[in-house]
Amino acid sequence: MQKNQGGTLLTLSHFLILGAILFAISVVGIFLNRKNLIIILMSIELMLLAVNMNFIAFSHYLQDLAGQVFVFFILTVAAAESAIGLAILVVLFRNLKTIHVDDLDSLKG
Amino acid sequence: MEFKTFVFYFLSAILVFAGLRVITSRNPVHAALYLVLAFFTASGVWMLLQAEFLAIALVLVYVGAVMVLFLFVVMMLDINLDRLREGFWSYLPLGAIIGLLMVAEMGLVLGGNYLGLLESSVRQATTEDSNVQAIGRLMFTEYVYPFELASVILLVGIIAAVALTQRAKRTNKSVSPSQQVFVKARDRVRVLQMPAEKSD
Repeated sequence: MQKNQGGTLLTLSHFLILGAILFAISVVGIFLNRKNLIIILMSIELMLLAVNMNFIAFSHYLQDLAGQVFVFFILTVAAAESAIGLAILVVLFRNLKTIHVDDLDSLKG
Repeated sequence: MEFKTFVFYFLSAILVFAGLRVITSRNPVHAALYLVLAFFTASGVWMLLQAEFLAIALVLVYVGAVMVLFLFVVMMLDINLDRLREGFWSYLPLGAIIGLLMVAEMGLVLGGNYLGLLESSVRQATTEDSNVQAIGRLMFTEYVYPFELASVILLVGIIAAVALTQRAKRTNKSVSPSQQVFVKARDRVRVLQMPAEKSD
């Protein structure tokens, strides 16, 4: 296990970089879909997935289950968050007939 | 190449591809379905990290519940795609630069010899307990208070989602707290002076 020639063994860095790539993809997704509220919500879900990946990788490599318990709580909060977010989206669409971000400027002075 | 490494690269390739398709696909339904693929593949990666309980919970909770909710909402809304896609590619240069910078920075920090120290410390699971048993034991002893709080959060989520989207007229009688606070005793109770009846 000690030698790691040519990156044949999985290290912590593999998982952390995978998480980083996923996180960056979702940040780019928020930039690209600046006007589409649904895809922005999906990008946030993807971000949470990337963060959870880091938690689980550290939990595995440090042999500490607290990280996995934390991921469980993040999943709970994320489920509640997406339920409320989608409910707000539905109400918004019902009132304005649009989910275009540029139309949501009623709070602008 | 070790088999686990091969599986990791295979799953990560699918995961990154699915992530890219989520943010670039034209149709929100396709985006939601690619997100399902991403979650499914991520649960495979978590399996590789011996987090069986969370891998299964991810599939059950996300693929089974949250993504179905997403799909329902996407199908309920009648959205004008062309208007939403307006100027889609004009944000690409900025977004791509920021994304590449983030990956490069994190790669420099995470990929160096810094965290490579941990590569040798991978032990197999020390206890004979399964992952589910170990997490359950931890969750109901040390983390029982946060666990109860999580259930409260879920309750709040349910009530909020129902209250937000409820369209039916509220027929129940409810108390208005502001009016209740300003009520005076003399509005409620009236003391009447009445002549006593004459007893014969």
